[in-house]
Amino acid sequence: MIPLTWRQFRTSALVAAVVLIAVGGVLIATGPHLAHLYRATVGACVAGGDCSATQAAFLRHDSTLRVWLGVIVVVVPGISGVFWGAPLVAGEMEAGTFSLAWTQSVTRTRWMATKLAVIGAASVAAAGLLSLMVTWWARSLDRVQMNQFATFDERSIVPLGYAAFAFVLGVTAGVVLRRSLPAMAVTFVAFVATRLAFLKLLRPHLLAPSTMSIALDPVATGFGSSGSLFSRGGPDTLQPPTPNIPNAWITATRIVDRGGHVLTSQILTSTCPGLGDGGPPAGGAGGGPQPVPAAAQQQLRDCVTTVGRTFHQAVTYQPASHYWPLQWYELALFVGAALVLSGFCLWWVRRLT
Amino acid sequence: MTAVIEAHDLGKRYGRRRALSECTLTIPAGHVVGLVGPNGAGKTTLLQLAVGLVRPTAGRIEVMGGRPAAGPEQLGRIGFVAQDTPTYSSLSVADHLRLGGWLNSRWDGGWAERRIDRLGLDRRQRAGKLSGGQKAQLALTLAIAKRPELLVLDEPVASLDPLARREFLDGLVDVVGEFGLTVVLSSHLVADVERVCSYLIVLVASRVQLAGPIDELLASHRPAGLEDLVLASMGRVSGPPPPPGPAPAPEVRS
Repeated sequence: MIPLTWRQFRTSALVAAVVLIAVGGVLIATGPHLAHLYRATVGACVAGGDCSATQAAFLRHDSTLRVWLGVIVVVVPGISGVFWGAPLVAGEMEAGTFSLAWTQSVTRTRWMATKLAVIGAASVAAAGLLSLMVTWWARSLDRVQMNQFATFDERSIVPLGYAAFAFVLGVTAGVVLRRSLPAMAVTFVAFVATRLAFLKLLRPHLLAPSTMSIALDPVATGFGSSGSLFSRGGPDTLQPPTPNIPNAWITATRIVDRGGHVLTSQILTSTCPGLGDGGPPAGGAGGGPQPVPAAAQQQLRDCVTTVGRTFHQAVTYQPASHYWPLQWYELALFVGAALVLSGFCLWWVRRLT
Repeated sequence: MTAVIEAHDLGKRYGRRRALSECTLTIPAGHVVGLVGPNGAGKTTLLQLAVGLVRPTAGRIEVMGGRPAAGPEQLGRIGFVAQDTPTYSSLSVADHLRLGGWLNSRWDGGWAERRIDRLGLDRRQRAGKLSGGQKAQLALTLAIAKRPELLVLDEPVASLDPLARREFLDGLVDVVGEFGLTVVLSSHLVADVERVCSYLIVLVASRVQLAGPIDELLASHRPAGLEDLVLASMGRVSGPPPPPGPAPAPEVRS
């Protein structure tokens, strides 16, 4: 069964190999230069003292390539699900060849298991190799950037889990829907939805986060509505700057008192009556602190000082040390989901028609 | 008379649609059995149940004394050529022969290659580029080279032109003679059945209307030909009882 699986998969494998070699070629062509630059600029600077300008200059190198490599690592698992997984069984149903395949002296279960194992392994290998190459290439940039969670999905080992999951998800959709195109569409949507849901709802809570209390800084703290991209014009609140914790993932920042009560706009208004009256027009764009006329600036500073006597900024974050545990955890969960779906495929194919 | 296929109250539903219901029949070994009936009689469903592509929703079916597709052993004992003789269009003829070897423990590769050469097929040709008749021949070669005890063919010549049809059936007669296989062949063309079959089963709406060795059937219904016999047995179901007098008018055509 393995030779047949390989024979039917050969062309796809060849395409994948060509893509991997092409990406690898680009990385090998640019990587050593990047490493040399790192040693020559940032590496030489550390002895000298303040390096922020040197670091910023270094980060501008190959920045577009860095973004696109990240995109490729993120997209490749989805491609394996849509183009390898979804048509795997659905294609045989559409062409009628299932009746040839399933009447040879190989049980359907073995047929399905072999296909899942061989092509699943290829999908994981492709994503793993790609992630390994990109992680190697970007290592000096990542080190300078000090924001490893920003590239969490594009580096290290989680892409292997995504690839395993996406491929089996595609097979599952194909087995159930029996038609390639609908299965491909469903695979794409379901994979993106799963990844987003995991990122937003699960990953921040996989490990107990650390917390940090920071006193409110009257100079740096701004004021505005707490709206986000999706809900503009929330209640007015103080907006302290996001603290810079190297390589950590800040999942929430709130202003609370010692008892953990959040600073509401009512408390803020009663503590600082008239705050914001002289400021920028209300209902301006939500988001970051906005420039405030000089007259109102002192008022805001006084207000922050007053509020700061009872309230502080509480920062919830995943520390740098959680990076690898979270990588392993997420990998395990996606691989686990892939195994569960594989079991479902085997069961479903057995009772098909 | 040992049976290769025994079905008892066999039924298959797809959602609300009944493809086969309460079908009881016995197909004897040692014959080339023609399964004839109008469209929708359940022929294809019955054969798919027999090779284990489809699972029954009611009743039971035994093939060569075992449950269809129960394991590699059972699968190996039955060769199957599906309707429209599907092949992998991107794989070459040679790939298909290799495929047979990979998937079947009793594969007779030498015989398959000789047959492909005798048929004049180019081994490097992709199956997608073959004519309908060549594709059917390739599918038949695959089904026979796995050395089955029972060969099941579902309307194998339905989409072929008369010449390809004749070549296919002649080839079938040859291999049956060579290996002494039991064959079950569905068709809605009585002429094809008469040409290659020694046993006839007429299936109408899941019911066996007529069954027996063709020479005996003909002998007992002289001077009617096989076609008349089949049509008469079909007419008995859906039409009114045949009027006394001249030959009954056939009611169902396929």
